[in-house]
Amino acid sequence: MEKTKKEGTEVDIFLEAIFQKYGYDFRNYAKASIKRRIQNLQKKFAIKKISEMIPRMHQDRSFSNSILAEFSITVTEMFRDPEFYRSIRENIVPYLDTYPFIKIWHAGCATGEEAYSLAIILKEENLYHKTTIFATDFNNVALRKARNGIYSLDEIKEFTQSYQKAGGKHSFSDYYHAKYKSAIIDNSLKKNITFANHNLVTDSDFGEMHLILCRNVLIYFNKILRDRVLNLFDSSLIHKGFLAIGSKESLNFSSIEKKFNPVDKKNKIYRKK
Amino acid sequence: MKTKNNFNISDFKAIVIGVSAGGFEALTKLFSTLPKDFPLPIIVVQHIHKYQSGYLFEHLNKHCALKVKEADEKETIKPGNIYFAPPNYHLLIEEDKTFSLSVDEKVNYSRPSIDVLFKCAAEVYKNQLIGIILTGANDDGAEGMRIIKENGGLTIAQDPRDAEFPVMPQSAIDKVEIGIILTLENLTFHFSGWHRK
Repeated sequence: MEKTKKEGTEVDIFLEAIFQKYGYDFRNYAKASIKRRIQNLQKKFAIKKISEMIPRMHQDRSFSNSILAEFSITVTEMFRDPEFYRSIRENIVPYLDTYPFIKIWHAGCATGEEAYSLAIILKEENLYHKTTIFATDFNNVALRKARNGIYSLDEIKEFTQSYQKAGGKHSFSDYYHAKYKSAIIDNSLKKNITFANHNLVTDSDFGEMHLILCRNVLIYFNKILRDRVLNLFDSSLIHKGFLAIGSKESLNFSSIEKKFNPVDKKNKIYRKK
Repeated sequence: MKTKNNFNISDFKAIVIGVSAGGFEALTKLFSTLPKDFPLPIIVVQHIHKYQSGYLFEHLNKHCALKVKEADEKETIKPGNIYFAPPNYHLLIEEDKTFSLSVDEKVNYSRPSIDVLFKCAAEVYKNQLIGIILTGANDDGAEGMRIIKENGGLTIAQDPRDAEFPVMPQSAIDKVEIGIILTLENLTFHFSGWHRK
Protein backbone atom coordinates (compact mmCIF):
# COMPACT_ATOMS: atom_id res chain seq x y z
CA MET A 1 0.00 0.00 0.00
CA GLU A 2 2.82 2.36 0.99
CA LYS A 3 4.21 3.02 -2.48
CA THR A 4 0.83 3.76 -4.04
CA LYS A 5 -0.16 6.20 -1.29
CA LYS A 6 3.14 8.03 -1.55
CA GLU A 7 2.81 8.23 -5.32
CA GLY A 8 -0.74 9.49 -4.90
CA THR A 9 0.46 12.38 -2.74
CA GLU A 10 3.30 13.13 -5.14
CA VAL A 11 0.81 13.28 -8.02
CA ASP A 12 -1.29 15.80 -6.07
CA ILE A 13 1.74 17.94 -5.29
CA PHE A 14 2.85 17.89 -8.94
CA LEU A 15 -0.62 18.89 -10.16
CA GLU A 16 -0.69 21.71 -7.60
CA ALA A 17 2.71 22.93 -8.87
CA ILE A 18 1.47 22.93 -12.48
CA PHE A 19 -1.56 24.94 -11.43
CA GLN A 20 0.56 27.49 -9.52
CA LYS A 21 2.98 27.94 -12.41
CA TYR A 22 0.70 27.83 -15.45
CA GLY A 23 -2.84 28.22 -14.16
CA TYR A 24 -3.77 24.92 -15.83
CA ASP A 25 -5.84 23.06 -13.28
CA PHE A 26 -5.67 19.27 -13.48
CA ARG A 27 -6.29 18.82 -9.76
CA ASN A 28 -9.80 17.47 -10.29
CA TYR A 29 -9.01 15.18 -13.17
CA ALA A 30 -9.70 11.47 -12.64
CA LYS A 31 -6.48 10.21 -11.07
CA ALA A 32 -5.93 6.92 -12.91
CA SER A 33 -5.54 8.48 -16.34
CA ILE A 34 -3.58 11.52 -15.13
CA LYS A 35 -1.21 9.08 -13.43
CA ARG A 36 -0.80 7.18 -16.69
CA ARG A 37 0.16 10.39 -18.41
CA ILE A 38 2.64 11.34 -15.73
CA GLN A 39 4.20 7.89 -16.13
CA ASN A 40 4.41 8.47 -19.90
CA LEU A 41 6.27 11.70 -19.22
CA GLN A 42 8.59 9.97 -16.79
CA LYS A 43 9.41 7.40 -19.42
CA LYS A 44 9.91 9.98 -22.16
CA PHE A 45 12.27 12.12 -20.05
CA ALA A 46 13.83 9.25 -18.07
CA ILE A 47 12.70 10.67 -14.75
CA LYS A 48 12.63 8.18 -11.89
CA LYS A 49 10.51 9.91 -9.30
CA ILE A 50 7.49 12.16 -9.69
CA SER A 51 9.03 14.53 -7.13
CA GLU A 52 11.90 15.22 -9.56
CA MET A 53 9.43 16.63 -12.05
CA ILE A 54 8.75 19.88 -10.23
CA PRO A 55 12.32 21.28 -10.37
CA ARG A 56 12.58 20.02 -13.95
CA MET A 57 9.42 21.90 -14.84
CA HIS A 58 10.95 25.16 -13.60
CA GLN A 59 14.25 24.67 -15.43
CA ASP A 60 13.39 23.05 -18.73
CA ARG A 61 10.99 24.74 -21.07
CA SER A 62 10.72 21.81 -23.49
CA PHE A 63 9.72 19.66 -20.54
CA SER A 64 7.00 22.04 -19.43
CA ASN A 65 5.61 22.22 -22.97
CA SER A 66 5.50 18.44 -22.99
CA ILE A 67 3.50 18.39 -19.77
CA LEU A 68 0.65 20.32 -21.35
CA ALA A 69 0.82 18.29 -24.55
CA GLU A 70 0.77 15.04 -22.61
CA PHE A 71 -2.08 16.11 -20.33
CA SER A 72 -4.39 17.22 -23.08
CA ILE A 73 -5.94 14.30 -24.93
CA THR A 74 -6.22 15.06 -28.59
CA VAL A 75 -7.28 11.65 -29.84
CA THR A 76 -10.31 12.19 -32.05
CA GLU A 77 -11.69 11.28 -35.45
CA MET A 78 -14.25 12.43 -37.98
CA PHE A 79 -17.80 11.20 -37.39
CA ARG A 80 -16.69 9.40 -34.25
CA ASP A 81 -19.67 7.12 -33.41
CA PRO A 82 -21.44 7.54 -36.77
CA GLU A 83 -24.79 6.71 -35.18
CA PHE A 84 -24.48 9.82 -33.06
CA TYR A 85 -24.13 12.02 -36.13
CA ARG A 86 -27.03 10.25 -37.77
CA SER A 87 -29.10 11.06 -34.71
CA ILE A 88 -28.07 14.73 -34.82
CA ARG A 89 -29.13 14.78 -38.45
CA GLU A 90 -32.46 13.05 -37.89
CA ASN A 91 -33.50 14.17 -34.41
CA ILE A 92 -31.87 17.52 -33.71
CA VAL A 93 -31.59 19.24 -37.09
CA PRO A 94 -35.41 19.63 -37.46
CA TYR A 95 -35.50 21.63 -34.19
CA LEU A 96 -32.42 23.69 -35.03
CA ASP A 97 -33.95 24.60 -38.37
CA THR A 98 -36.75 26.50 -36.61
CA TYR A 99 -34.29 29.18 -35.44
CA PRO A 100 -33.29 32.14 -37.68
CA PHE A 101 -29.66 31.65 -36.62
CA ILE A 102 -27.96 28.85 -34.75
CA LYS A 103 -25.16 28.98 -32.20
CA ILE A 104 -23.29 25.77 -31.42
CA TRP A 105 -20.52 25.29 -28.88
CA HIS A 106 -18.22 22.36 -29.39
CA ALA A 107 -16.27 22.16 -26.13
CA GLY A 108 -13.02 20.21 -26.12
CA CYS A 109 -12.66 20.12 -29.90
CA ALA A 110 -8.99 19.02 -29.83
CA THR A 111 -7.72 18.91 -33.44
CA GLY A 112 -11.11 19.78 -34.93
CA GLU A 113 -12.23 16.61 -36.72
CA GLU A 114 -15.61 16.51 -35.02
CA ALA A 115 -16.28 20.22 -35.57
CA TYR A 116 -15.83 19.66 -39.30
CA SER A 117 -18.03 16.55 -39.13
CA LEU A 118 -20.79 18.66 -37.63
CA ALA A 119 -20.28 21.35 -40.27
CA ILE A 120 -20.71 18.71 -42.99
CA ILE A 121 -24.00 17.50 -41.49
CA LEU A 122 -25.33 21.05 -41.20
CA LYS A 123 -24.24 21.86 -44.74
CA GLU A 124 -26.01 18.84 -46.16
CA GLU A 125 -29.12 19.73 -44.19
CA ASN A 126 -28.97 23.32 -45.45
CA LEU A 127 -28.40 24.90 -42.05
CA TYR A 128 -24.75 25.75 -42.17
CA HIS A 129 -25.16 29.21 -43.71
CA LYS A 130 -27.04 30.41 -40.60
CA THR A 131 -24.85 28.63 -38.07
CA THR A 132 -21.83 29.65 -36.02
CA ILE A 133 -19.83 26.85 -34.43
CA PHE A 134 -17.59 27.90 -31.54
CA ALA A 135 -15.04 25.13 -31.25
CA THR A 136 -12.91 25.47 -28.14
CA ASP A 137 -10.04 23.73 -26.42
CA PHE A 138 -7.35 24.73 -23.90
CA ASN A 139 -4.58 23.25 -26.02
CA ASN A 140 -3.27 25.87 -28.47
CA VAL A 141 -1.22 23.38 -30.45
CA ALA A 142 -4.33 21.30 -31.10
CA LEU A 143 -6.31 24.45 -31.98
CA ARG A 144 -3.73 25.42 -34.56
CA LYS A 145 -4.09 22.03 -36.19
CA ALA A 146 -7.86 22.36 -36.06
CA ARG A 147 -7.75 25.77 -37.78
CA ASN A 148 -5.46 24.42 -40.49
CA GLY A 149 -7.78 21.48 -41.08
CA ILE A 150 -5.06 19.30 -42.56
CA TYR A 151 -5.28 15.62 -41.76
CA SER A 152 -3.38 12.54 -42.78
CA LEU A 153 -4.64 10.89 -45.93
CA ASP A 154 -4.20 7.55 -44.15
CA GLU A 155 -7.12 8.37 -41.89
CA ILE A 156 -9.46 9.36 -44.69
CA LYS A 157 -10.53 5.83 -45.51
CA GLU A 158 -11.90 5.31 -42.02
CA PHE A 159 -13.44 8.80 -41.99
CA THR A 160 -15.16 8.04 -45.29
CA GLN A 161 -16.70 4.86 -43.92
CA SER A 162 -17.92 6.67 -40.83
CA TYR A 163 -19.31 9.49 -42.96
CA GLN A 164 -21.35 6.98 -44.91
CA LYS A 165 -22.55 5.26 -41.74
CA ALA A 166 -23.60 8.66 -40.43
CA GLY A 167 -25.96 9.00 -43.39
CA GLY A 168 -23.71 11.12 -45.61
CA LYS A 169 -25.54 12.36 -48.70
CA HIS A 170 -22.64 13.09 -51.00
CA SER A 171 -19.19 11.78 -51.68
CA PHE A 172 -16.89 12.45 -48.71
CA SER A 173 -14.19 13.52 -51.14
CA ASP A 174 -16.27 16.64 -51.87
CA TYR A 175 -15.12 18.00 -48.52
CA TYR A 176 -11.35 17.84 -48.81
CA HIS A 177 -8.53 18.26 -51.29
CA ALA A 178 -5.83 15.65 -51.39
CA LYS A 179 -2.32 17.00 -51.58
CA TYR A 180 0.76 14.83 -51.16
CA LYS A 181 -0.12 12.71 -48.13
CA SER A 182 -2.60 15.13 -46.67
CA ALA A 183 -6.28 15.86 -46.86
CA ILE A 184 -7.06 19.57 -46.63
CA ILE A 185 -10.52 20.44 -45.43
CA ASP A 186 -12.48 22.58 -47.90
CA ASN A 187 -12.61 26.28 -47.04
CA SER A 188 -16.40 26.39 -47.30
CA LEU A 189 -16.53 24.23 -44.15
CA LYS A 190 -14.20 26.49 -42.22
CA LYS A 191 -16.21 29.63 -42.91
CA ASN A 192 -18.56 29.50 -39.93
CA ILE A 193 -16.34 27.78 -37.39
CA THR A 194 -14.54 29.92 -34.84
CA PHE A 195 -11.75 28.04 -33.11
CA ALA A 196 -10.91 29.64 -29.77
CA ASN A 197 -9.07 28.94 -26.55
CA HIS A 198 -11.32 28.14 -23.63
CA ASN A 199 -10.56 26.11 -20.54
CA LEU A 200 -13.56 24.25 -19.14
CA VAL A 201 -11.94 23.97 -15.74
CA THR A 202 -11.18 27.62 -15.15
CA ASP A 203 -13.10 29.77 -17.68
CA SER A 204 -16.71 30.87 -17.48
CA ASP A 205 -19.82 30.29 -19.56
CA PHE A 206 -20.25 30.98 -23.24
CA GLY A 207 -23.82 32.17 -23.51
CA GLU A 208 -27.01 31.51 -25.50
CA MET A 209 -26.13 28.31 -27.29
CA HIS A 210 -28.70 26.20 -29.14
CA LEU A 211 -26.55 23.08 -29.02
CA ILE A 212 -23.49 22.13 -26.96
CA LEU A 213 -21.33 19.16 -27.86
CA CYS A 214 -18.79 17.90 -25.39
CA ARG A 215 -17.85 14.32 -26.06
CA ASN A 216 -15.30 12.18 -24.25
CA VAL A 217 -14.10 15.04 -22.10
CA LEU A 218 -16.11 14.43 -18.94
CA ILE A 219 -14.66 10.89 -18.61
CA TYR A 220 -11.37 12.53 -17.60
CA PHE A 221 -12.89 14.53 -14.76
CA ASN A 222 -13.76 13.51 -11.21
CA LYS A 223 -17.33 13.96 -9.96
CA ILE A 224 -16.76 17.48 -8.61
CA LEU A 225 -15.30 18.80 -11.84
CA ARG A 226 -17.83 16.97 -13.99
CA ASP A 227 -20.58 18.68 -12.05
CA ARG A 228 -19.00 22.10 -12.40
CA VAL A 229 -18.64 21.70 -16.15
CA LEU A 230 -22.19 20.38 -16.59
CA ASN A 231 -23.48 23.44 -14.74
CA LEU A 232 -21.42 25.59 -17.06
CA PHE A 233 -23.17 23.94 -20.01
CA ASP A 234 -26.56 24.34 -18.40
CA SER A 235 -26.05 28.08 -17.98
CA SER A 236 -24.68 28.42 -21.52
CA LEU A 237 -27.74 26.86 -23.18
CA ILE A 238 -30.94 28.60 -24.22
CA HIS A 239 -34.26 27.33 -22.89
CA LYS A 240 -34.92 24.04 -24.78
CA GLY A 241 -31.31 23.90 -25.96
CA PHE A 242 -29.57 20.57 -26.66
CA LEU A 243 -26.63 18.97 -24.89
CA ALA A 244 -24.68 16.08 -26.44
CA ILE A 245 -22.07 14.15 -24.46
CA GLY A 246 -19.93 11.07 -25.16
CA SER A 247 -21.57 7.69 -25.68
CA LYS A 248 -20.12 6.33 -22.41
CA GLU A 249 -20.82 9.47 -20.40
CA SER A 250 -24.00 10.29 -18.54
CA LEU A 251 -25.84 13.00 -16.61
CA ASN A 252 -26.81 10.47 -13.93
CA PHE A 253 -26.12 11.59 -10.36
CA SER A 254 -25.15 15.08 -11.53
CA SER A 255 -26.83 18.20 -10.20
CA ILE A 256 -28.29 19.07 -13.62
CA GLU A 257 -29.79 15.61 -14.23
CA LYS A 258 -33.32 16.79 -13.44
CA LYS A 259 -33.12 19.86 -15.64
CA PHE A 260 -32.73 17.82 -18.84
CA ASN A 261 -34.79 15.25 -20.76
CA PRO A 262 -33.15 12.59 -22.87
CA VAL A 263 -33.87 12.97 -26.60
CA ASP A 264 -31.74 10.00 -27.65
CA LYS A 265 -30.71 7.90 -24.68
CA LYS A 266 -28.31 5.68 -26.56
CA ASN A 267 -26.45 8.51 -28.23
CA LYS A 268 -26.57 10.69 -25.10
CA ILE A 269 -28.37 13.67 -26.51
CA TYR A 270 -30.37 15.67 -23.96
CA ARG A 271 -32.67 18.67 -24.08
CA LYS A 272 -32.95 21.37 -21.47
CA LYS A 273 -36.43 21.50 -19.94
CA MET B 1 1.97 -21.76 -4.20
CA LYS B 2 3.79 -20.29 -7.15
CA THR B 3 4.23 -23.48 -9.12
CA LYS B 4 1.47 -25.66 -7.78
CA ASN B 5 -1.95 -25.40 -9.32
CA ASN B 6 -3.18 -24.45 -5.93
CA PHE B 7 -4.54 -21.15 -4.76
CA ASN B 8 -7.28 -19.88 -2.58
CA ILE B 9 -9.76 -17.55 -4.25
CA SER B 10 -10.63 -15.89 -0.96
CA ASP B 11 -7.06 -14.54 -0.64
CA PHE B 12 -7.86 -12.18 -3.51
CA LYS B 13 -10.04 -9.15 -4.19
CA ALA B 14 -10.36 -9.09 -7.99
CA ILE B 15 -9.61 -10.95 -11.21
CA VAL B 16 -8.53 -9.33 -14.47
CA ILE B 17 -8.64 -11.26 -17.72
CA GLY B 18 -7.06 -10.41 -21.06
CA VAL B 19 -8.19 -12.26 -24.15
CA SER B 20 -8.29 -11.69 -27.88
CA ALA B 21 -8.82 -14.02 -30.84
CA GLY B 22 -10.74 -17.12 -29.76
CA GLY B 23 -12.09 -15.31 -26.73
CA PHE B 24 -15.77 -15.79 -27.41
CA GLU B 25 -15.64 -19.57 -26.93
CA ALA B 26 -13.07 -19.45 -24.12
CA LEU B 27 -15.01 -16.92 -22.07
CA THR B 28 -18.30 -18.72 -22.62
CA LYS B 29 -16.73 -21.91 -21.33
CA LEU B 30 -15.14 -20.24 -18.31
CA PHE B 31 -18.01 -17.99 -17.25
CA SER B 32 -20.89 -20.37 -17.80
CA THR B 33 -19.70 -22.60 -14.96
CA LEU B 34 -19.14 -19.86 -12.37
CA PRO B 35 -21.58 -20.09 -9.45
CA LYS B 36 -23.76 -17.17 -8.44
CA ASP B 37 -21.81 -16.75 -5.20
CA PHE B 38 -18.44 -16.36 -6.92
CA PRO B 39 -16.77 -13.92 -4.53
CA LEU B 40 -14.60 -11.78 -6.80
CA PRO B 41 -15.42 -9.18 -9.40
CA ILE B 42 -14.03 -10.14 -12.82
CA ILE B 43 -12.82 -7.44 -15.18
CA VAL B 44 -12.17 -8.34 -18.80
CA VAL B 45 -10.43 -6.70 -21.70
CA GLN B 46 -11.28 -8.47 -24.90
CA HIS B 47 -10.08 -7.09 -28.20
CA ILE B 48 -13.22 -6.73 -30.18
CA HIS B 49 -14.29 -4.64 -33.13
CA LYS B 50 -15.71 -1.31 -32.04
CA TYR B 51 -19.18 -1.89 -33.44
CA GLN B 52 -19.82 -5.42 -32.17
CA SER B 53 -20.22 -6.04 -28.45
CA GLY B 54 -23.98 -6.19 -27.91
CA TYR B 55 -24.26 -9.81 -29.00
CA LEU B 56 -21.47 -10.94 -26.68
CA PHE B 57 -23.28 -9.62 -23.58
CA GLU B 58 -26.59 -11.08 -24.64
CA HIS B 59 -24.95 -14.45 -25.23
CA LEU B 60 -22.93 -14.48 -21.99
CA ASN B 61 -25.80 -13.29 -19.84
CA LYS B 62 -27.88 -16.15 -21.16
CA HIS B 63 -25.23 -18.69 -20.16
CA CYS B 64 -23.90 -17.19 -16.97
CA ALA B 65 -25.15 -16.92 -13.37
CA LEU B 66 -23.15 -13.74 -12.76
CA LYS B 67 -24.14 -10.41 -14.27
CA VAL B 68 -22.19 -9.61 -17.43
CA LYS B 69 -22.01 -5.94 -18.35
CA GLU B 70 -19.96 -3.17 -19.88
CA ALA B 71 -18.03 -1.19 -17.27
CA ASP B 72 -19.56 2.26 -16.77
CA GLU B 73 -17.36 5.22 -15.96
CA LYS B 74 -17.26 6.03 -12.22
CA GLU B 75 -19.06 2.75 -11.46
CA THR B 76 -18.04 1.03 -8.22
CA ILE B 77 -16.52 -2.42 -8.77
CA LYS B 78 -18.51 -5.12 -6.97
CA PRO B 79 -18.44 -8.93 -6.71
CA GLY B 80 -21.17 -10.77 -8.60
CA ASN B 81 -20.33 -8.89 -11.78
CA ILE B 82 -18.26 -9.56 -14.84
CA TYR B 83 -17.25 -6.24 -16.37
CA PHE B 84 -16.03 -5.73 -19.92
CA ALA B 85 -14.05 -2.76 -21.19
CA PRO B 86 -16.24 -0.89 -23.71
CA PRO B 87 -14.96 -1.15 -27.28
CA ASN B 88 -12.76 1.77 -28.31
CA TYR B 89 -12.05 2.87 -24.69
CA HIS B 90 -9.23 2.02 -22.33
CA LEU B 91 -10.52 0.79 -18.97
CA LEU B 92 -8.79 2.08 -15.85
CA ILE B 93 -9.31 1.58 -12.13
CA GLU B 94 -9.16 4.35 -9.53
CA GLU B 95 -7.82 4.00 -5.98
CA ASP B 96 -11.40 4.00 -4.65
CA LYS B 97 -12.15 0.94 -6.84
CA THR B 98 -14.28 2.71 -9.39
CA PHE B 99 -13.83 2.56 -13.14
CA SER B 100 -12.49 5.32 -15.37
CA LEU B 101 -12.52 5.31 -19.15
CA SER B 102 -10.14 6.98 -21.54
CA VAL B 103 -9.80 7.44 -25.27
CA ASP B 104 -6.04 7.95 -25.09
CA GLU B 105 -3.85 6.62 -27.89
CA LYS B 106 -3.96 2.92 -28.64
CA VAL B 107 -1.45 0.77 -26.78
CA ASN B 108 -0.12 -2.30 -28.62
CA TYR B 109 -2.38 -1.20 -31.49
CA SER B 110 -5.31 -1.83 -29.15
CA ARG B 111 -7.98 0.20 -27.41
CA PRO B 112 -8.98 -1.19 -24.99
CA SER B 113 -5.51 -2.47 -24.15
CA ILE B 114 -4.94 -5.34 -21.73
CA ASP B 115 -1.68 -3.81 -20.52
CA VAL B 116 -3.43 -0.56 -19.54
CA LEU B 117 -6.05 -2.34 -17.40
CA PHE B 118 -3.59 -4.80 -15.85
CA LYS B 119 -1.15 -2.08 -14.85
CA CYS B 120 -3.85 0.01 -13.21
CA ALA B 121 -5.38 -3.00 -11.49
CA ALA B 122 -1.98 -4.12 -10.18
CA GLU B 123 -1.33 -0.71 -8.66
CA VAL B 124 -4.72 -0.69 -6.91
CA TYR B 125 -5.13 -4.34 -5.83
CA LYS B 126 -1.45 -5.21 -5.34
CA ASN B 127 -1.04 -8.81 -4.12
CA GLN B 128 -4.79 -9.33 -3.98
CA LEU B 129 -5.13 -9.47 -7.75
CA ILE B 130 -5.31 -12.45 -10.09
CA GLY B 131 -4.26 -11.72 -13.67
CA ILE B 132 -5.20 -14.18 -16.39
CA ILE B 133 -4.13 -14.33 -20.03
CA LEU B 134 -6.15 -16.55 -22.35
CA THR B 135 -6.15 -17.26 -26.09
CA GLY B 136 -5.11 -14.47 -28.44
CA ALA B 137 -3.04 -13.66 -31.50
CA ASN B 138 -0.92 -10.73 -30.26
CA ASP B 139 1.27 -9.86 -27.29
CA ASP B 140 -0.90 -7.30 -25.47
CA GLY B 141 -1.05 -8.19 -21.78
CA ALA B 142 2.48 -9.56 -21.38
CA GLU B 143 3.77 -6.31 -19.87
CA GLY B 144 0.65 -6.09 -17.71
CA MET B 145 1.34 -9.57 -16.36
CA ARG B 146 4.88 -8.50 -15.50
CA ILE B 147 3.53 -5.61 -13.46
CA ILE B 148 0.95 -7.79 -11.70
CA LYS B 149 3.75 -10.14 -10.72
CA GLU B 150 5.94 -7.24 -9.60
CA ASN B 151 3.14 -6.09 -7.30
CA GLY B 152 2.78 -9.53 -5.74
CA GLY B 153 -0.36 -10.64 -7.59
CA LEU B 154 -1.03 -14.12 -8.93
CA THR B 155 -0.41 -14.65 -12.65
CA ILE B 156 -2.19 -17.35 -14.61
CA ALA B 157 -1.80 -18.17 -18.29
CA GLN B 158 -3.73 -20.59 -20.41
CA ASP B 159 -1.45 -23.37 -21.62
CA PRO B 160 -0.56 -22.24 -25.18
CA ARG B 161 -1.07 -25.83 -26.40
CA ASP B 162 -4.60 -25.63 -25.10
CA ALA B 163 -5.33 -22.15 -26.50
CA GLU B 164 -7.08 -21.69 -29.81
CA PHE B 165 -4.54 -18.93 -30.53
CA PRO B 166 -1.33 -19.54 -28.56
CA VAL B 167 0.57 -16.27 -29.21
CA MET B 168 -0.89 -14.24 -26.38
CA PRO B 169 -0.37 -16.67 -23.51
CA GLN B 170 3.03 -17.64 -24.98
CA SER B 171 4.15 -13.98 -25.06
CA ALA B 172 3.22 -13.61 -21.39
CA ILE B 173 5.08 -16.82 -20.53
CA ASP B 174 8.14 -15.61 -22.43
CA LYS B 175 8.16 -12.30 -20.61
CA VAL B 176 7.24 -13.27 -17.05
CA GLU B 177 7.73 -16.24 -14.83
CA ILE B 178 4.04 -17.10 -14.77
CA GLY B 179 2.65 -18.43 -11.48
CA ILE B 180 0.31 -21.03 -12.93
CA ILE B 181 -0.02 -22.38 -16.46
CA LEU B 182 -3.05 -24.56 -17.02
CA THR B 183 -5.74 -25.61 -19.46
CA LEU B 184 -9.00 -23.77 -19.71
CA GLU B 185 -10.74 -26.83 -18.33
CA ASN B 186 -8.53 -26.84 -15.26
CA LEU B 187 -9.07 -23.14 -14.72
CA THR B 188 -12.80 -23.62 -15.05
CA PHE B 189 -12.62 -26.43 -12.51
CA HIS B 190 -10.74 -24.22 -10.01
CA PHE B 191 -13.11 -21.30 -10.35
CA SER B 192 -16.41 -23.13 -10.47
CA GLY B 193 -15.54 -25.10 -7.34
CA TRP B 194 -13.90 -22.22 -5.48
CA HIS B 195 -15.50 -23.12 -2.12
CA ARG B 196 -14.50 -26.76 -2.31
CA LYS B 197 -11.33 -25.90 -0.40
